[in-house]
Amino acid sequence: MIIRSPFLRTVRLGISSLLLHKLRAFLTTLGVLFGVASVIAMLAVGEGASESAQEQIRQLGSQNVILRSVKPPEDQQSNQDVRVLAYGLTDSDRLRIENTYPGVRSVIPVMQVPEEVRKGTRVCRPRVLCTRSDYREATGRVIYEGRFLSELDESLEEPACVLSYEVARHLFPFSSPVGESIRIGGEYLEVVGVVLPRGPVGQVSIDSSTEVGGDLFLPLSAGRRMFGTTQVKMRSGSRDITEVELHEIIVDVRKAADVPMIADACRAMLIREHNDKDWEVIVPLELLLRAEETKRIFNIVLGSIAGISLLVGGIGIMNVMLATVTERTREIGIRRALGAKRKDIVIQFLVETTVLSGCGGLAGVALGLIIPAIVEATADMPTIVTPQAPALAFGISVGIGVVFGLYPAWRAANMDPVEALRHE
Amino acid sequence: MTPQTQTEVAAELVNVRRVYQMGSTEVAALDGITHQFGRGEYWSIMGSSGSGKSTLLNILGCIDRPTEGEYLVGGSPVSTLDDDQLSELRGARLGFVFQSYNLIPQLDVLENILVPVMYRDEWPAWALDRAKDLAERVGLGGRTGHRPPELSGGQQQRVAIARALINDPDLILADEATGNLDSKTAEEILEVFDELHAEGKTILLVTHERSIGLRAELTMKLVDGRIDEVVENRSS
Ligand SMILES: Nc1ncnc2c1ncn2[C@@H]1O[C@H](COP(=O)(O)OP(=O)(O)O)[C@@H](O)[C@H]1O
Ligand SMILES: [Mg+2]
Repeated sequence: MIIRSPFLRTVRLGISSLLLHKLRAFLTTLGVLFGVASVIAMLAVGEGASESAQEQIRQLGSQNVILRSVKPPEDQQSNQDVRVLAYGLTDSDRLRIENTYPGVRSVIPVMQVPEEVRKGTRVCRPRVLCTRSDYREATGRVIYEGRFLSELDESLEEPACVLSYEVARHLFPFSSPVGESIRIGGEYLEVVGVVLPRGPVGQVSIDSSTEVGGDLFLPLSAGRRMFGTTQVKMRSGSRDITEVELHEIIVDVRKAADVPMIADACRAMLIREHNDKDWEVIVPLELLLRAEETKRIFNIVLGSIAGISLLVGGIGIMNVMLATVTERTREIGIRRALGAKRKDIVIQFLVETTVLSGCGGLAGVALGLIIPAIVEATADMPTIVTPQAPALAFGISVGIGVVFGLYPAWRAANMDPVEALRHE
Repeated sequence: MTPQTQTEVAAELVNVRRVYQMGSTEVAALDGITHQFGRGEYWSIMGSSGSGKSTLLNILGCIDRPTEGEYLVGGSPVSTLDDDQLSELRGARLGFVFQSYNLIPQLDVLENILVPVMYRDEWPAWALDRAKDLAERVGLGGRTGHRPPELSGGQQQRVAIARALINDPDLILADEATGNLDSKTAEEILEVFDELHAEGKTILLVTHERSIGLRAELTMKLVDGRIDEVVENRSS
């Protein structure tokens, strides 16, 4: 078959020349194939990992500044049997923030109660959070059934509570908990609603373990009335009594742009008002930015590793092409004698390396799309293949064919025709 | 020494030397060759092994350049041409037939015949028909789809001749073209050359075999890179 387009003719010639050594061509292609596949797979895994990290941070609310009580480092001399340790955030901290910064939408107090939750014989240990009605809005929790806490619950000190989905399923495996009552410590509370968990619903287990995670919300006023602000914990014969007014203060900021400024102001206020470093300030937005930076570094590292494997593939191509050029010295001499210019010889060999690397690239893209799918299915890790990744990897593979083909092609083109024709 | 002909000059050598540097010593493979090959002439270039026949043919074929002196094809001096122009000249005006056929193994008969056309700037409309005609003419009309390894030596050399003719060259250069063939096949190839000569082609045939050399119209004898004698053969 005679093809008139000079370029297509050269491509066809390149393919038929490569097919003279099928195994060699195949093995050479493998180098590029794995290089390209690893580029795509690594980017997909990296993208997936950082995306899920970012999602977790986003769930904290990127418009929030979270203040947390932290137990200060223990003193060595306090070796009594009974210790009372008072530390952490206070209502006055909350009020100060609320009254000082106009950019703040709400300042939500959270107190945590270290109590078990029971329904009949079923027990679990969720985070028992005493808070206000605006908690849900600030943290973006979604109502599954019933309602969240209301302002009325707060002012009437209602013994109402809201369960997160995993807690609800654990305590009420077969029915709706709304309207039912549960017991926390010695107190009975009525379930008024259920909110969705933060993780995927499918992961909820209905076994008898108490470690189901999840949350339980009740009005702060009711929580204070029932459980007070002191928490007693028995520990190896001694009693630990801690007194924490608020475990967490969530500052819901109106504009994301104000978040860093308000975070800094909160830090300054806490440094001023607290003698001990019994607090920490968590800024999801900052975490998000840091996660993005981490992702960038991650991508550079993965990219370098993948780049090295592509480089190895390219060197493989160069190696094989140098051998091919030597082997086909005579053919080069013939073509030169029959009118081929140096340029024609260069193009001929470049087309061959490009066909090699291009085929490797295509197969690599296919494999690179399969690997993340397998990783996702078997290792339960999220992966994301961005559309740029295969295009980028394929482009690089073709580029590598050209770059690593140039020297062998140049060698071929600069052979002396007489010498080449004499070559056996 | 040069025979006086009324014909146009196809190729002219003026005091051509080709010196190989072998370490510190110089070997003059050609040592002052001055000669004119007329258009339409059929020459045999003879001499013992190492006398410089191939070196001369390489210079005539523009794949090698003289160390000294000048070579002119169709009146234009080769020394003024760059590598690309030389390539173009080889493709368009010269036709090579080699001792070991030198076909390209991954191409079939028709593609091999068309190789010199592939390196022209444009693909001429006549190329395919002409290639088929030439294949027919050298007796391979039914085998245009075969690849060289599937052909006998004689058949491969016929393909090579067809390939040399595809661009209708001014000069056909053959270096020991029958050297790898048995005498019967060689005879068939030589008959093709006779026919080409009859059609008016200029042919330069290198051989060390006297019987073959005598078939040409004219014979140049080389000894140690010099022209020893030029004889006009009695045509039978
Ligand atoms: N590339 C080369 N390097 C060195 N000497 C060479 C080279 N090519 C040919 N020669 C020398 O030039 C002379 C003529 O060689 P050549 O033209 O091949 O002879 P012929 O074809 O008549 O047998 C020989 O002595 C050979 O050794
Ligand atoms: Mg020779």
